[in-house]
Amino acid sequence: MYRIDFNKLRFLICDDNPHMRRILRTLLHSFGAREAYEAEDGATALEMYSHYVPDIVITDWSMPIFDGLELAQMIRQPESKGNPYAPIIMLTGHSEKRRVTVARDAGVTEFLAKPISAKGLYQRILNVVANPRPFIKTKTYFGPDRRRNTNNAYIGPERRIGGEVEVMQQPSLLDKARSGV
Amino acid sequence: MAKEQPGKLQVKSFADHHVITQPNPLRKVLLRVPESDLDDPVGRAEKALAGLSGEFKNWMAIEADRLSAAHAAVLRYGFTDESREELFRAAHDIKGDAATFGFPSAGAAAESLCRIIEHAPDLAAVPANLIAHHINAIQAIVRERTKLDTAVTASALSKQLRGIADVFLTHANRDRPEHLEAILAPSIVPAE
Repeated sequence: MYRIDFNKLRFLICDDNPHMRRILRTLLHSFGAREAYEAEDGATALEMYSHYVPDIVITDWSMPIFDGLELAQMIRQPESKGNPYAPIIMLTGHSEKRRVTVARDAGVTEFLAKPISAKGLYQRILNVVANPRPFIKTKTYFGPDRRRNTNNAYIGPERRIGGEVEVMQQPSLLDKARSGV
Repeated sequence: MAKEQPGKLQVKSFADHHVITQPNPLRKVLLRVPESDLDDPVGRAEKALAGLSGEFKNWMAIEADRLSAAHAAVLRYGFTDESREELFRAAHDIKGDAATFGFPSAGAAAESLCRIIEHAPDLAAVPANLIAHHINAIQAIVRERTKLDTAVTASALSKQLRGIADVFLTHANRDRPEHLEAILAPSIVPAE
C-alpha cells in the first residue's frame, strides 16, 4: 500500500477568500503538509510561484487582478525560466461542464468543484502525485495531456496527426497502489 | 521541495504535436507502507474541519454582509463594471462556500444569482426585485438558520428563486443559443 508523505510537499494556495484559504490550510496541515504558502490574487501567486517553486498549486478561478485561469496560463509557458510542469488543481465555485473544458484548455491538471471536501482534495492530490500525465505541446496548447481515454481506436475529429504511437501509456503508481502490488 | 533535481525531459515529436514526459518529480513522496501503518489522512482532515465549524456561522454572516454591501453599491451606482464584478464575486464565493459552512440553501440561492449576473443580456433590464429577492433570501437563510424547520423553508425558497430565475433567463436568452445551452446544462455538482 502507498501513502503520500505530505511532509515533503510544498503547496501554493491561491484564493481571494480568506475563509477558503483557512479551510485549505487546515486540510493540508491535517494531511501532514508543513509548507503551504498563500496568495490572495493571481499576480501575487505568480510571484510566489517563482520564488517558492511549489510542488503543487491549488488555485481558485475567480479572483481580482488576474484570475486562476490566467495564472494557469502564465505558469504553462514552455519557454519560461520557472517550472511550467507543476500540477495545478483548480478549486472553484464554477460548476458548469464548459468551465471544466476551459480550465483543462488553460493547462489545469485537476478540477475540483466547490463545496470542498477533505476526500475530494486528497484524491486530486493523490492523482497528481501518483498518476502524472505527459505534457502535450502544440501550436495552441501546452499542458497536461487532455485525453484520458487511452483507446487507440479513437477516430474523432480532433485526432492528433502523426505515427502510430499517439497515446503514451504512463506507468501508474496509483494503479499499483490499488492493486496492492 | 520534493523535487531537488528536475527530471530529464523526454520529447517525442509528431506531425502536429510533441509529447513531453519527465520522470515523476513527486514520486519520492509516495511511500510504500504496510497496511497496518496506513493512517487516515482524510478522516484526520474531516476532524480538523469539524474543529473549525464553530467559526462557520460567523464566516457565513460576513459573506452575506459582503453580498448586501455589493448589492447596495449596485442600487446606488447602477451596474458598473466594478459593481457588477463585486456582486458576482460575493455571490460566487457564497455559492462555493455556503455548503461547507452548513448553509447549502444559501449556496443554491447564490448560484441562481450568479446565473442571472452571468447570463442576463442586460443587467439593467433584470427586474430589480429578482435580484433583491435573492439577496434577501440569502440574508434570511443565514439569519434564521438556528430556528427549527428553517432548513425545509430555506430549501423551498432557494428552489423557487432558481425556478423563477431560470424562467427569466430562458426567455431573455431565447435568441442567444450559447447562453441558453449553458443555462440548461446540468451542473457537475450533485444537487443538495
